[in-house]
Amino acid sequence: MSALHPDNETLTRGEGLVLNLYVISALAVVVVMMLFGLIMRMAQGTWINVPPDIFYQLMTAHGAGMVGTVGLASSAVMWFFLRKYVRLHVAMFAANYVLFMLGALAILAAVFIGGYAGGWTFLYPLPVHSMGVWSVNSAALFMVGYLLIGVGFLVFYLDAMLAIIRSYGNLGRGLGLQWLFGGDLDKTHPPAVVASSMVVIVNSLGILGGAIVLVMCLINAYVPSLALNALLVKNLIYFFGHVFINASIYMAVIAVYELLPRFSGRLWTVSRPFLWAWALTTVMVLIVYPHHLLMDYVMPHWMLVMGQIISYTSGLPVFVVTAYGALANVYRSGIRWSVPAQLAMLSMFGWAAGIVPAIIDGTISVNQVMHNTQWVPGHFHFYLLLGVLPMVLALMFHLIDARRPAGGAVLRLGLPLYLLGGLIFVGAFLAAGHVSAPRRYAAHLPQWVPYDQVGSIGAILVIVAVLLFATYIIVGLLGAPGNATAHAAR
Amino acid sequence: MNRQDEVWLITLIGIALVALVFIYVISRSGASPGADARQLQTRAYAIRRWWFVALLVLGVGVTYASLRPFPVPDQQTQLAGAQVVDVVGHQWFWQLSSYRLTAGTPVEFHVTSADVNHGFAIYGPDDRIVAQTQAMPGFTNRLVYTFTKPGLYRVLCLEYCGLAHHGMANQFEVVAATGDKP
Ligand code: HEM
Ligand SMILES: [Cu+2]
Repeated sequence: MSALHPDNETLTRGEGLVLNLYVISALAVVVVMMLFGLIMRMAQGTWINVPPDIFYQLMTAHGAGMVGTVGLASSAVMWFFLRKYVRLHVAMFAANYVLFMLGALAILAAVFIGGYAGGWTFLYPLPVHSMGVWSVNSAALFMVGYLLIGVGFLVFYLDAMLAIIRSYGNLGRGLGLQWLFGGDLDKTHPPAVVASSMVVIVNSLGILGGAIVLVMCLINAYVPSLALNALLVKNLIYFFGHVFINASIYMAVIAVYELLPRFSGRLWTVSRPFLWAWALTTVMVLIVYPHHLLMDYVMPHWMLVMGQIISYTSGLPVFVVTAYGALANVYRSGIRWSVPAQLAMLSMFGWAAGIVPAIIDGTISVNQVMHNTQWVPGHFHFYLLLGVLPMVLALMFHLIDARRPAGGAVLRLGLPLYLLGGLIFVGAFLAAGHVSAPRRYAAHLPQWVPYDQVGSIGAILVIVAVLLFATYIIVGLLGAPGNATAHAAR
Repeated sequence: MNRQDEVWLITLIGIALVALVFIYVISRSGASPGADARQLQTRAYAIRRWWFVALLVLGVGVTYASLRPFPVPDQQTQLAGAQVVDVVGHQWFWQLSSYRLTAGTPVEFHVTSADVNHGFAIYGPDDRIVAQTQAMPGFTNRLVYTFTKPGLYRVLCLEYCGLAHHGMANQFEVVAATGDKP
């Protein structure tokens, strides 16, 4: 192994500082956004009284804040592990953070000062057609915030892209395409590099799509005579949104590939099916978005059919190799159930189980009775709250693992609480979707209120657990002098 | 059992199966003598192959069954003899060209919007969604549905459209075809 591929994960002072900023900011924002979520859920449950304008502001902030922050935290996972194999520049990683924070400020100001409540999906023409509830300026500020965040991610991806190309020749070789049809498979090719190559390809395209539609909307906001085609804008927005949130999963899953083997004692190496899975998913993630438009009957029907079929197949390959790989990695291994290992396993369950209601909803005839009901927040919270967030937390606990005794009463309590609360919370959404409760409603009909109340209780349990985790992690990070995880791998 | 109940049941079974697999594997995560990693891996790969094939067959079957007949009506041709209802979504109310429809004969809803995106969803007398389509500015979606149960149907908005999105409701009545038993 060359010097570029250190087995240990030591951070320089500067790197440790930037990573700490990422981790602590992400935790803080996630907690605040969860509280926003709880307020919404309790308002639907009639336990508290929230006027609709405030409700929709919270909804907009929660959607944008969570998607953005999970993206940010996942990019920290990717950075932390990828930098062992290719030479990344910490300045670019830091630039992403700074741009993200500027963007987040713009978004918060747009929402809570400007009153913007057009939803995190900024679906044209609602942002510029609020019936006087918010101004065009605040909608524009929100979009500028998105652009700043997008540029930050592009900077980080560009650095990763160039680094992968420098080390492996091109992105295709990073993905391992040269071994798809034969050849001498290099078993030491890191899964982290495969996943990162995929992410920089798809999410650069996703963010570019987002940037294009944001610029179109911004121009239209100030030159309304340049009207946009609402269907085209919808296509671009869902393309961007879908790719972005999926890229978060594919960045965060690197934590599972890297961490689980250390505790099970079994290597997780690339194989031909693994490479095929990532190659196929690279393509499918880019063309699956029409499943968000199944109720737009004017769409070309072949695109709706593609939306349904690719929904079935899109997640499948990576998911099969990953969830199944994790199970095989653990089975009769004598694994040491450290906190990161538990979180990695929890994330696999959340992803696997959350995919079930998601895939079913990708069926056109099911979508006709489930689309935009709470079934949708039911399935995406399943794999975001119980899938992606545990992956991210696994890295965070790994960072402090070296310095603090893992486990402890706090965590023995916290993890079951998180799982239990999470299941209650997402179960209440799914159950409400089953009885057709609409999503994004500031007020519910009486027959939906019991679900909202049960969901609120689940949310409270989750938040208590996350507060425990966050305290433990932040104290751990700040408590150790030097902030360097001198921590030999394996 | 309506479609929502079927979906709910399949989902619960699916999640329970996933949970059982995880519980099984986790309960057997201890080191066991004679567990040769290489041998286990070969077996795991073999199982994975079968699993993949099974999912593939299931997926193809479900795709075929769920797309025939094609669930989205053809957008160009108009049905002969259908009742036609023009629907326009506004911030924040629904305007229908008819509020009294007959069960048993197909209804064609021509759905559009005067301002932003809305979601035209029809809730049955049991308050479950029976059909929906998007209401978009500049486009007209054609939704075809044949009501079987007479009664009061509610129209709700299923695409977020601003401050009073949750209040954007209307209703219409479906009456039994003359000659039907009430
Ligand atoms: C305790 C934790 C959480 C609570 C209480 C919560 C609560 C909520 C509620 C009440 C809604 C609106 C549901 C509706 O449409 O009726 C919502 C939407 C949403 N949540 Fe969460 N949530 C939590 C965690 C998360 C996490 C971890 C993520 C992402 C990683 C997330 C992402 C989203 C997104 C993207 C939306 C959609 C917003 C929209 O419809 O515009 N949430 N959440
Ligand atoms: Cu609406």
